[in-house]
Amino acid sequence: MKIHEYQARDLFRKYGIPVPEGELCHSVDEVKKKVSDKDKLRVVKAQVLVGGRGKAGGVKLATTKAEAIEKAKLILGMDIKGITVEKVLVADAVDIEKEFYVGLINDRNAKAVTLMASSEGGVEIEEVAKTNPEKIIKMPIDPTMGLMDWQARKVALQLFNDPKQVRQAAEILVKLYKLYVETDSSLAEINPLVLTPDKQVLAIDGKMNFDDNALFRQKEIIAMREADENEKKELEANAKGLSYIKLDGNIGCMVNGAGLAMATMDMIKLYGGEPANFLDIGGSSNPQKVVDAMNILLGDKNVKSVMINIFGGITRCDDVARGLVAALDQIKTDIPIVIRLSGTNAKEGLEIIEKTGLPVVKTMSEAAQKAIELSQK
Amino acid sequence: MSILINKDTKVIVQGITGRDGAFHTSKMKAYGTNIVGGISPGKAGQQVEGIPVFNTVEDAVKATGANASVIFVPAPFAGDAILEASYAGIELVVCITEHVPVQDMIRVMPVLKKNDTKLVGANCPGLITPGECLIGILPGMIFKPGNVGLISRSGTLTYEVVNMLTENDLGQTTCVGIGGDSVSGLYFIDLLEMYENDLKTDAVVVIGEIGGDAEEQAAKFIKEKMTKPVVAFIAGQSAPPGKRMGHAGAIISSGAGTAEEKIKAFNAAGVPVAKEPSEIPGLIKEKLGL
Repeated sequence: MKIHEYQARDLFRKYGIPVPEGELCHSVDEVKKKVSDKDKLRVVKAQVLVGGRGKAGGVKLATTKAEAIEKAKLILGMDIKGITVEKVLVADAVDIEKEFYVGLINDRNAKAVTLMASSEGGVEIEEVAKTNPEKIIKMPIDPTMGLMDWQARKVALQLFNDPKQVRQAAEILVKLYKLYVETDSSLAEINPLVLTPDKQVLAIDGKMNFDDNALFRQKEIIAMREADENEKKELEANAKGLSYIKLDGNIGCMVNGAGLAMATMDMIKLYGGEPANFLDIGGSSNPQKVVDAMNILLGDKNVKSVMINIFGGITRCDDVARGLVAALDQIKTDIPIVIRLSGTNAKEGLEIIEKTGLPVVKTMSEAAQKAIELSQK
Repeated sequence: MSILINKDTKVIVQGITGRDGAFHTSKMKAYGTNIVGGISPGKAGQQVEGIPVFNTVEDAVKATGANASVIFVPAPFAGDAILEASYAGIELVVCITEHVPVQDMIRVMPVLKKNDTKLVGANCPGLITPGECLIGILPGMIFKPGNVGLISRSGTLTYEVVNMLTENDLGQTTCVGIGGDSVSGLYFIDLLEMYENDLKTDAVVVIGEIGGDAEEQAAKFIKEKMTKPVVAFIAGQSAPPGKRMGHAGAIISSGAGTAEEKIKAFNAAGVPVAKEPSEIPGLIKEKLGL
């Protein structure tokens, strides 16, 4: 789960990480009301869950209150990667002497939380990882001990020289780790962490993601969820036991298992088509799941044909076939459907489906080619 | 020969009285797995499928000499179940449970190391040495004994590939589904090393997917350390960046962990990468000179 920058800043503040003052505004009127009359340098930032808002013009500087209102007018309602900007953060801008990056991630290789830091702040850390990997400091953290003071100090010493700043930065790192672990975060970044001319260390921009598997014990974090249009569809699917991600193509796919679902999308691409979605219906042969899945697929206006790819493992193909037939009975559509069944009891399953007159094929490759062919009619 | 499990492996089931636990216990038993006990706190003395239930893993190990455990308990308790098995001296823990919080998995890692416990999963279909022992939820009937090893991050895709291998008369030594989570137990390299040392395994299939760099590391290991041929497939070549494709680990973050990079790494290590799963049996036969 992702949260907005303003929400990450609230969490930072709660854990004692210094953040410049700012106001969240949903309208120009709110900017007029909430922002103080004092003219000073401010930054107006679009609050969206997609990256690249700076490049899209969603971040603008303002020197006066009037200008802040002007800039908010420009940004509110703007479209960033298909998402309409509904709120802006109007924050105090600070003078910056130097920018840094600090972040925490779940590190697959270390099988631990790893602290990353770099003196190359303000740019995407992935960029630094590609161009100057030696400039990224990595410190895996022992989960039984947490981030120890000496570790935080060691990392801070590589970013700062002045002992006072080292202390400030190390404190921020320890607090960020505490926040990370206590909220079951999966990514916590301060980028940039800045040093101001009056030698204060401050968090200017923050990004936090959370482990979806741990949300059951994170009531406060769930309450922060503000799903955008794309996410809403995905959440709706999740609630029905489906895993769905909308893509841009025109061939809807319904598959059991995440790996097979990915391989199915790949196959469609391999044969020159474009998948409309990723959709994993899981292991059951429950007809309702197929109905729900079909409704989601057919709700996407781009979909021109549907490929159903099922491998019967523990669930038997004849059970799945009965579920499919029952489900397709309830769905009235002109969109052509191709079904591929394989695995346990495939023969029996195919016989059941053949009776319905729906096109059935034996292999994934055939199914993909047929679905592409039908989508072009 | 095989890796990790064989006909002598004594298995206990943690969460044996639950719906999934009981169902798959009967399946495993029917396959011929030597299931010696189950755990369900407070239900000691009961039986499931004729298998004795114990209150703790420690009790089960004392009474049965179990050396492997399979976990079906709900996600919030799975981390603790792994710890309990590890402290009871179980050598191999297989965690089937999905949606286990990542921090819980991270916290068990130092304990596994200290107690020298091997973990498969979480969020995995388990593993099988065909004809001898099945631990997990794999459909036993599609496997057959033979000389090909298989490691996979996915469930149904594994079945798809195994089915093709079996249909092409390529039996398997041991197949391991390592699971799709971002932080999990045994990984490609650990298992490749075991296959390299297994006398019966002649070739290995690696089924990877987008996210992380386990495939790149596997490629490096194969190039430097392996004498046996390896064939690979990577799922998620068409996945958009930044989205979680069902598996928590299958997320591409700004250019890292893409299928393209993984394929390049495998090719550089002399490992052919199948364009679609149906090419895998042919590639294996080619490598084995069949």
